[in-house]
Amino acid sequence: MSELEKNAEAAEVAEVPEEALNEPLYFDMEPKDGASAHIRSFPAVEEFQEQLGYPGERPENWQEVALAKMDELRGKFRSFRLFLDICVKCGACTDKCHYYMGTSDPKNMPVGRQDLLRSVYRRYFTLPGKWFPSLVGARELTEEVLDEWYTYYFQCSECRRCSVFCPYGIDTAEITMAAREILDSVGYGMKYTNEIITKVFKVGNNLGLPKPALESTLEDLEEEIEEDTGVKVRLPLDEPADILLVTPSADFFAEPHIDGLIGYAKVFHAAGVKWTISSYASEAANFGMFIGSYENMRRIALRIRKAAIDLGVKRIIIGECGHAWRAAYSFLNTLAGPFDFLDPKYPVPQHICEFTWDLIQQGKLKFDKSQNDHLKLTFHDSCNVARASRMGDYPGGQFDIPRNIIKAVCNHYYEMPEGTTHEATLCCGGGGGLLTDDLMELRKKGGSPRMKALKQVRDEYGVNKMAAICAICKAQFTKIMPEHGFAVDDIMSVHQLVSNAIILPGSIQEKELMEEQGQAADAAE
Amino acid sequence: MGENPVLTTVFALLYYVAFAIFAGGIAYRIYEYARTPAPLKIPTTPAPTTRAGVVWRMFKEVLFFESLWKGNKWIWIFAQLFHASLWLILIRHARYFIDPVPTLVTLAQPFGKYAAITFVLGALGLLARRIFVPRVRYISAPSDYLMLLMFLGIGISGISMTFVSPVDVVGVKAFFLGLITFNWQPLPSSPNLLIHLGLVALWMIIFPFSKLLHAPGVFFSPTRNQVDNPREKRHVAAWALELERKESA
Ligand code: HEM
Ligand code: SF4
Ligand code: SF4
Repeated sequence: MSELEKNAEAAEVAEVPEEALNEPLYFDMEPKDGASAHIRSFPAVEEFQEQLGYPGERPENWQEVALAKMDELRGKFRSFRLFLDICVKCGACTDKCHYYMGTSDPKNMPVGRQDLLRSVYRRYFTLPGKWFPSLVGARELTEEVLDEWYTYYFQCSECRRCSVFCPYGIDTAEITMAAREILDSVGYGMKYTNEIITKVFKVGNNLGLPKPALESTLEDLEEEIEEDTGVKVRLPLDEPADILLVTPSADFFAEPHIDGLIGYAKVFHAAGVKWTISSYASEAANFGMFIGSYENMRRIALRIRKAAIDLGVKRIIIGECGHAWRAAYSFLNTLAGPFDFLDPKYPVPQHICEFTWDLIQQGKLKFDKSQNDHLKLTFHDSCNVARASRMGDYPGGQFDIPRNIIKAVCNHYYEMPEGTTHEATLCCGGGGGLLTDDLMELRKKGGSPRMKALKQVRDEYGVNKMAAICAICKAQFTKIMPEHGFAVDDIMSVHQLVSNAIILPGSIQEKELMEEQGQAADAAE
Repeated sequence: MGENPVLTTVFALLYYVAFAIFAGGIAYRIYEYARTPAPLKIPTTPAPTTRAGVVWRMFKEVLFFESLWKGNKWIWIFAQLFHASLWLILIRHARYFIDPVPTLVTLAQPFGKYAAITFVLGALGLLARRIFVPRVRYISAPSDYLMLLMFLGIGISGISMTFVSPVDVVGVKAFFLGLITFNWQPLPSSPNLLIHLGLVALWMIIFPFSKLLHAPGVFFSPTRNQVDNPREKRHVAAWALELERKESA
C-alpha cells in the first residue's frame, strides 16, 4: 500500500460512526476482540523519519533490526527488561486503562498491550519461548505483528494509570515507549509525533511559530492586559532576565491556554520579577519522551539549557503542561544537567504553580475571589503531573498546590468522584502523542470515562467548569467536551482563574475594589 | 513402605540439578537486573523522597501487596491467602534441612500444617478467576494455568501426607540431610511423597525462566524502588554519560 492510500484509509476510519457516540459512556467490561483494530494514526513520511535519525523506509532485514533494537533496549532500560519478565498475569490492571474502558478492545488492557510485545520477546529472548512457544504464548515477529504494534502502541497515552495498581509497578508506558522506538528503528514512525519533533528542532516549538509571530502575539497580549486592567504588564521575549519561562507553545495562541499565559504574566508582574520567554526554546513539550527516544528527548531538553545560559537567567520556570512537567521535573536534570550555573536557592526547574503558590502563601498576591463567583469548579489531575512528578517539597504536593491555588482564587470548588482523581486520575484521552485528528475516534472513546466523572459532579453539585494544568488536556477537552453536552470553554487554565481574580497594584480592578469596600464601610457606619 | 535405591539415586540427582538451576538461575537473573541501569527517574508518584521511605514502600508492597489492594480486592484476597500460606509453609519445611530445628520453625508448626489448606484455597481462587473472568482468561497462556495446577499438585500431595496417608518424615529428613552432607540416605517411596517432591523439583527448575521471577524482580522495579529526588540529585546512567562524553568530544 502506498503512503497515500494508507492515509486515505486512515482518514476514512477517523470518522466517528454515529452509533459510537450513542454507546453507553462507560464501558462494557467484557472484552471485544478487535474492537479498536481499525483505529490507526497516519505513519510518518520518509522526510520526518530521517530528520530524527531513523530510516525513512522499512529496511530489507527489518526483523533483524527490530530484534537488535529490542535487545539493545533491554540492556539499556531495566524497566523494559524487568517488566517483560515479571508480569504474573494477575489481571489487576485489566480494567484500569481508559482506552479499554472506552473501546472494550482487550489489546487496550494494559497487560494485553504489553503482551503484544512480550510474546515476541519470549519467542526470541527466553528459553521457554524458544522451546515451547505455544505453551507460553510466544510468537514470531511478522509483518502482521508489526502492524498490530503500530496500531495499539499508538492507542496508549503513556498515562501510567496501570502502574499505580500493578503489584510490581509495571508501567505499560515504558513498554509503549520502547515499542515506538523499535517501530521508528524500522522506519515505521508516527506522523504527528515525528513531524512535531522536527518542528521543534527547526523553529523552536511544536507549532512552528517563528520569532516574529511570537513577538506580535506577545505584544497583542500586552495591549489586551493593559486594556483590561490599565496596567502595563510585559511579556518579554529574548530579554536578559532572572527567570526563563518555558511553556507549551499552545499557550501562545490556543484557548483556554492563552488565558493561562496572561495569568502567568500578571503573577510575574505582581511579584516584580524580571522574566522572559525564549524564542529558541519556546516550547516546554518534549515529544521525544512520547516516542521513547532518549537521544531525541535529550536534544530537545538541551535547548532549555542553552536558552538559560544565553539569556543569563537564574531560574527556570515551566508553564502549565503535564508531560512537559514530567520531562522537566523528572528528566531535565538527567538529560541536560547539571544546572549549577543557576541560583541554588530555587529548585531546577520550578512549576509555575509552585511559584504562584509560594507568593500566595507569602501574601504577595491580592485577589478578588468574587470575580470567579459565576464558576463552579472541579480540577482534572493531569496524568504526568499526578503519577510521574511532584510539586513542592513533599509527596503529593502535585495534588495540593494546584487545588490550593484554585481555592485561593475561587469560592466554589468540588472534587470529582474518588478513584478518578489524584494518583488514580483518568487521562483526558489525548496524551502520549495521540492528540491528532487521525485518532479522533480513539480520543473520544478514551476521554469518555473522564467525561462520565465530570457529569457526576455536574449533576450532583452543578459544577460548570473544569480546570487543568496541561496543554494537551486543555486541547483535548475543547474537542470532546462539546460531544458530552459541555461548552468549548468549560475547560479552563488554572492561571486563567488566577488572572480573573488577581488585583494588580494600580489597576482598574484595584480602584473598583477600594470603592466597593469604601461603600461597604460607609454603609456599615 | 519400601526403599528403592534407583529411586533414591534418581531423586538425589534430580535435586542436585534442580537446586543448581534454581540457585544459579536466580542469582544470574538478579545479576542481570542489577546490572541493567534505569537511566531515568520513573517512580510512580507520589513516591517517597528518601531511601528510608522507599524501604517502607517496598515493605508494604512485598508483605501487604499495597498496590494490588488498590487495584483489585478479590485478587488481593486470593493472592494473600496463597502467598502468606506459602511463607508459613516454607518456614515449616525448614525442619527438613536444619538439625536441630530452630525455635521459630517449631513455633510455625501448628499453623504451617493448616497453611497447606489455605494455600490450596488461594490457588483455587486464582484459578477460578483465570477461568471465569473473561478479561483474565484473555491474558492467560497455557503456562499460566499449568503453573497454578503445579502449585495445586504440590499443595494437595502435601496435604495428603499430613492428613490422609502420613509418610516417614524421619526418613525424608534423613534423605535431605544426606543430600546436603553428600552422604546419601534412602528416600521413602510413598507415591504422594514422590509426586510432591517431583513437582517441587519442577518448580525449582522453571523458577528462573518464568514469571516466578516476580519474587526477586519486584525489588528491582524502578517505579517502586526509586527515590523521588530528581531535582536534588542528578541521576545519569553510565551509557548516557558515555553519550554526553562522545558528543562533547
Ligand atoms: C517477594 C516475594 C513475593 C511477592 C511480593 C509476590 C507477590 C505476588 C503478587 C502480588 C501476585 C499477584 C496476585 C496473584 O495472582 O496471586 C503474585 C502471583 C503469584 N506468585 Fe507471588 N510473590 C512473591 C513470591 C512468590 C514466590 C516465592 C512464589 C512461588 C514459589 C510465588 C508464586 C506466585 C504465583 C504462582 C503467582 C501467580 C498466581 C496466578 O497464576 O494467578 N510468589 N505474587
Ligand atoms: S497488574 Fe501487573 S502483574 Fe498483574 S497482569 Fe497487570 S501488568 Fe501483569
Ligand atoms: S499507560 Fe495509560 S494508556 Fe497506556 S496502557 Fe497504561 S493505562 Fe492505558
